[in-house]
Amino acid sequence: MKIDREEVRKVAALARLRFSPEEEERLTQQLDKILQYMDKLNELNTERVEPLAHVVDIVSAFREDKVVHEPVVDALLSNAPAREQDFFKVPKIIE
Amino acid sequence: MSLHSLTLHELHSKLRKREISSQELTEAVFDRIAVTEERVHSFITLCRESALAEAKKADERLGTEKDPDPLLGVPIALKDIFLTRGVLTTCASKILGNFIPPYDATTVKKLRGAGAVIVGKTNMDEFAMGSSTENSALFVTRNPWNLDRVPGGSSGGSAAAVSADQCIAALGTDTGGSIRQPAACCGIVGLKPTYGRVSRFGIIAFASSLDQVGPITKEVMDSALMLEAIAGFDPMDSTSINAPVPPYSRYLDGDVKGLRAGIPKEYFIPGMQPDVEKAVKEAIRALEKNGVEIEEISLPHTEYAIAAYYIIATAEASSNLARYDGMKYGFRAHGKDLTETYVKTREEGFGAEVKRRIMLGTYALSAGYYDAYYLKAQKVRALIKKDFDEAFKTCDVIITPTAPTTAFEIGEKTQDPLQMYLSDIFTISVNLAGLPALSLPCGFDSDGLPIGLQVIGKHLDEATILRIAYAYEQATDWHKRKPNLAP
Repeated sequence: MKIDREEVRKVAALARLRFSPEEEERLTQQLDKILQYMDKLNELNTERVEPLAHVVDIVSAFREDKVVHEPVVDALLSNAPAREQDFFKVPKIIE
Repeated sequence: MSLHSLTLHELHSKLRKREISSQELTEAVFDRIAVTEERVHSFITLCRESALAEAKKADERLGTEKDPDPLLGVPIALKDIFLTRGVLTTCASKILGNFIPPYDATTVKKLRGAGAVIVGKTNMDEFAMGSSTENSALFVTRNPWNLDRVPGGSSGGSAAAVSADQCIAALGTDTGGSIRQPAACCGIVGLKPTYGRVSRFGIIAFASSLDQVGPITKEVMDSALMLEAIAGFDPMDSTSINAPVPPYSRYLDGDVKGLRAGIPKEYFIPGMQPDVEKAVKEAIRALEKNGVEIEEISLPHTEYAIAAYYIIATAEASSNLARYDGMKYGFRAHGKDLTETYVKTREEGFGAEVKRRIMLGTYALSAGYYDAYYLKAQKVRALIKKDFDEAFKTCDVIITPTAPTTAFEIGEKTQDPLQMYLSDIFTISVNLAGLPALSLPCGFDSDGLPIGLQVIGKHLDEATILRIAYAYEQATDWHKRKPNLAP
């Protein structure tokens, strides 16, 4: 086994996800099968290979510090699940 | 022939000569949708009213402009991953079920500027995660060639809509094959440009080092015209390439003499459908007859691409999708405290495949596993890119099948995620290497389902891919066949 149910629960907590016991069982089996397939990569010796994160040469993209999209409060708040006046309304964070 | 069944370049010529109006054309497209949509289910949202208004404006422009843009007045569909100002954009997810973007994606802005008529937003796998469009949280899209088959994915709605003549062309996105594989399944042309060629600003992110926007069209000429319209530098996308956009459509003259095509032996594998292998080999012979020099090449790390991809893509996705927390937009479930609100929102808002990929990516990035999975995958990614660099020292393009099989049956692979991942086997390496590639039809299997031919090009060399594809297309008539959707 590459991954067990306890590990799945731990990862789920990190990702802010939750699964029912049946889902958890099925997911553990599926992830285990997928991770076993990923083991294929260990056939390759990559000791001297530099990792490739991005195919284009990334340079810091500087631009002038000026407003190009004037924020429109109503447009930005129109998708808020809850709103009060000009604010996003969120659950209480501090006890 | 009815207007909706014509190509973009044919319609442009008619619109330009004012033989037809954009309003007539747009009406014809919506009439076509009315008689086919109940069976195909391509669209999440239709924009009939705004489309007709846009068509009216396009007709005014057509009356005054001497040299109208090729897209002016042409009805185009968008995958529901493109942000469209004021128009529902769901990414086929419950978590964005009521999301109305306050701005347009750069590509959408460019289409609007060119005068395109936006028909609607097409179905897809939720967050573009899938190869069959069955992972849509909303409904299943069907393949116009056989309604019991998948249209491919994740841009399955866009591909089905183009194939069923419900729009003239469409935009999709391709992270591991999501433009090319559905184009192959639906018998049309799909182009994934070089990473950075087309702006990603305003497309909902899946795996940011792999995502790329591209056209889905009826013919190769249309693909070139669409690419001209959407390509180019965008300061809003930090990985956008600042290079001039060539006039691709002007290079399409059918002359491909002396071009060199490499055929990688790793792309003809046991288990692939015999009809697919036969059709692709015949296509290669046809190109040879047209003067293309064919040579066998090797891309030795091909068999490691899927494993590397599903680590990198899920790792990036787990990070990108962390933003869906139910606070500023999208769906929110209510929990007893903040953490439970997050958890319930994501538990109820995401579908099974999205959760599976977030889990896989979080695992690959978590303490103790980072080096074994994520770093290892990035190193293998470097090896895969090097394979292509070597191959392109001796050839101009690489030719392969787009997918190992034609469109599979609805429900066939939904219970086995790994089997579904393996359907991307021929498209995924191209994303890891950031290269451009196009799929076009090259035949039909014994069940009458279309087969796709993939042409892969050098970095930023979309022009040569389009030239080869155009020459093949003009020498055959696969692109003229249409699915039978008569009621």
